[in-house]
Amino acid sequence: MKVHTTLETQTTRRVFAAGAISVAAALALTACGGSASTTPSSDAAKPDLKAAGAGVITMWVDAERSPALKDITEKFKSDTGIEVKLVVKDFAAVRDDFITQVPTGQGPDLIVGPHDWIGKFVQNGVIAPVELGDKAAQFQDSSIKAMTYNGAVYGIPYAIENIALLRNTSIVDSKAATLDEVVANGKKAVADGKAAFPFLVGMDPKQGDPYHLYPLQSSMGSQVFGKSADGGYDAKQLLIGDAAGVEFAKKLASWGDAGEKIINSNITNDIAKEKFLAGESPYFLTGPWNVPDVQKKGIKLAVDELPTAGGEPAQPFIGVNGFFISAKSVNALATNEFVTNYLTSESAQDSMYAAGGRPPALKASFEKAASDPVVEAFGKIGATGVPMPAIPEMSVVWADWGATELAIIKGQGDPAEAWTKMADSIKSKIGG
Amino acid sequence: MPKPDLRELPATQGQPSPEQSVGSGARPTAKPVRHPDSLKGTILKVVLLGLVDAFAVYILMMLFLSQSWPALAVSSLVVLAINWIYLRKGGLPAKYLAPGVLFLLVFQVLVVVFSGYIAFTNYGDGHNSTKEDAISAIQMTAQKRVPDSPAYKASVLTKGSDFYLLFTDPSGKAQLGSSEDPLTEVPEAGKDSTGKATSLAGYQTLKFQEIVANQQEILKITVPVSDDPADGTLRTADGSTAYQFKPALNYDAATDTFTDTDTGSQYRDNGKGAFADANGETLATGWKIDVGMDNFVRAFTDPSLRGPLLGVILWTFTFSIASVALTFVMGLFLAITFNREDLRGKKAYRILMILPYAFPAFLSGLVWSGILNPEFGWLNQTLLGGANIGWLTDPVLAKISVLVVNVWLGFPYMFLVCTGALQSLPSEIDEAARMDGASAWRVFRSIKLPLLLVSVAPLLISSFAFNFNNFNVIYMLTGGGPRFADTDRDIGSTDILITLVYKVAFGQGTGRDYGLASALAIIIFIIVATISAISFKQTKALEDVN
Repeated sequence: MKVHTTLETQTTRRVFAAGAISVAAALALTACGGSASTTPSSDAAKPDLKAAGAGVITMWVDAERSPALKDITEKFKSDTGIEVKLVVKDFAAVRDDFITQVPTGQGPDLIVGPHDWIGKFVQNGVIAPVELGDKAAQFQDSSIKAMTYNGAVYGIPYAIENIALLRNTSIVDSKAATLDEVVANGKKAVADGKAAFPFLVGMDPKQGDPYHLYPLQSSMGSQVFGKSADGGYDAKQLLIGDAAGVEFAKKLASWGDAGEKIINSNITNDIAKEKFLAGESPYFLTGPWNVPDVQKKGIKLAVDELPTAGGEPAQPFIGVNGFFISAKSVNALATNEFVTNYLTSESAQDSMYAAGGRPPALKASFEKAASDPVVEAFGKIGATGVPMPAIPEMSVVWADWGATELAIIKGQGDPAEAWTKMADSIKSKIGG
Repeated sequence: MPKPDLRELPATQGQPSPEQSVGSGARPTAKPVRHPDSLKGTILKVVLLGLVDAFAVYILMMLFLSQSWPALAVSSLVVLAINWIYLRKGGLPAKYLAPGVLFLLVFQVLVVVFSGYIAFTNYGDGHNSTKEDAISAIQMTAQKRVPDSPAYKASVLTKGSDFYLLFTDPSGKAQLGSSEDPLTEVPEAGKDSTGKATSLAGYQTLKFQEIVANQQEILKITVPVSDDPADGTLRTADGSTAYQFKPALNYDAATDTFTDTDTGSQYRDNGKGAFADANGETLATGWKIDVGMDNFVRAFTDPSLRGPLLGVILWTFTFSIASVALTFVMGLFLAITFNREDLRGKKAYRILMILPYAFPAFLSGLVWSGILNPEFGWLNQTLLGGANIGWLTDPVLAKISVLVVNVWLGFPYMFLVCTGALQSLPSEIDEAARMDGASAWRVFRSIKLPLLLVSVAPLLISSFAFNFNNFNVIYMLTGGGPRFADTDRDIGSTDILITLVYKVAFGQGTGRDYGLASALAIIIFIIVATISAISFKQTKALEDVN
């Protein structure tokens, strides 16, 4: 009886195996047939989008911006039948994931990010240029300039962000033109007992914060890189160590812990925000991302132009957010259609503004958003700014630059010497 | 994976036969379920194996469609092997071992071999993929729109199996072309209301859906504008607009060189995974190549790495040994204290003791980093009356802070382990020793500690290995800082080897370099493995003594 059972199961096994194999074979055959039939056929009433790998466009996006894209992706789907799948990714890791996954063919067709990623993307060959044609004129000049790398435009901009000087008008009621005035006003407020800190700027106590200090540096005539013939930054022309830069370093030391304590290396971004929200300082050098909380707190806010420290205009770095197309997108044509004809539309840019609150890159959308005085002020200040360098060499600069500024603010060593050493170190790394 | 079931057990004792199975009746205690050929068991086996096979077939089909032949071959062999193992009679050890071995191969060996392989390549920023990918990326980015060239409206037409593009220039002139046929004017083209030429007799106009369905072919169409290559070619990226493009670099497959169309300078494969011209200027995108031992050599010769590496290795040892010693001493002390039978409220104390262990280490690291802020931190503000002590910014204090925080995080583990070990020691030993007149210290030193060490020593070794690679504490507390002044890399006085590897791998300052990071990881592995092997040998000796 037991032997009988065994025989029975063995037969079952064989039948099952045969069945599985034949099913698999059939499936494999049909699947092959499907992908092979890409020759054009005018009789085809319904073109097989899926067969061309075109049923779905994948976009990597962060959680904040994902809902803003819903309307425009739905419109695209109803117009073309192509679905845009929004994959929410962690913003901190998405750039590196994109660089490693695109070559394997597992990457998305589109990614959202700031323009200073372009250098790394191009260096790794993972994004494709886009041609905006006449549409480029509909965008703010600075946003297109930021998206241009090696003479080609790589992304569709949608928002511009830059820092400005926030002022608590109930502590200091008038606008100051220079940093000296700002400092004087701030000190007076502290002396009058209206504030605890004359001036606030967030600082990473481990890495420094060259981004926030850059307007002060540029207002003393110091830049990071020179420009090449095509208008982009040229890594060969490192300007950071020039005489103006050294002057800035000395000034920075005088503002730092050993000097007037205007810039405090122990005040992190969180502490700075907390103190400003508590009304403990008249000034806060920061970006639009902190404005909603300040307004919520009921602080009377003015957005001032960046004060000059050395007489020249204080140019902030501007960061431009945009959409980039993967170099290995199997869906390049549909993606291009979506990017150049849908994401550039006013309604798409409007809803991205509604979600992010950053001044839109499309002029028409910006004009609408500029009815808000805060957006208008940030936009105006951004127009005077310079694009954050996107060249890959910039990542070398950030680390040394921040660490050196931090040491100078703490009053460690001679500022001029430290600054020159930093410039030499950056130069040797870029060269090697 | 189907679990081999106990019904097969008799197979280990020899060939299963009905007699032998029936023989189970000779052992009255054996349960009838353990019968080798029970119907339920067989069906279960068939179902489970069927599920595995169905999944395998799906994967094989995917591999077939993506034309990954080596993976397909390996996977097919694995599937065959699994089926052979579970369908045949006997061979019970294989049935038990197969799933484990498979998972070991996939999740351990493959990963280790792969990261080992990376150590011998230049994989990292700018060397991210294959040479073919790099060439096509360079070609793609080298396409520049001809300055001030007009924008054309475009329609896609087909005739037979060939694609054509129908252009309308800004003046309304209609022209037809394809990759093979240069641009020719077609005044007879039909136009839509916006003046865009959309149709031509003898050709089919594609709808957007059809264009998308054939996008790869359409994107490849490059229509020469004129006989002069300097005028460039017309291409469309979205099927509805076209622009005049001209490559800034031309690739010649025969000589494997890129030529700059403006300056005429030639870029060749420089053997280091990039195209370079005579002056050593390289093109932005490179590719991954094998570099042999270069990464290992660089770890010890690169001037920006050589100096700090020694300091980092020394600190890594100091950090991990001190961490293990301090946490063990503290954990043991508390364990003995709370092991006293006459202590009241032991449970509450024990729960309090365990708390640091219950928080994620990276979170604690961040919190401590706030507590230790020189000016706004709770420690200086509240406890030290506003003193400005740079707990995390002074090189020596930072090291001490890191150790203290790590002890705070790590002693509960040692406390738990030691409590367990102490409670398992027979109480008679203690009593006997006391009877002989030994002091409490003597009992602890000569009896309890040696017995304790037998069971705890392996854990101390693994704790050493863990702290050797204790990334969370260092990275979240100090980020490795304060930075060394004598190197231009982002390496600081509290960096241990693993944070150094992280910084090299994920490019804090100099771009990502997976190759070098993997080489450093292999060096770390060798160090940890050697120390662990020696220590375990010593531990064996310890057991022999007892």
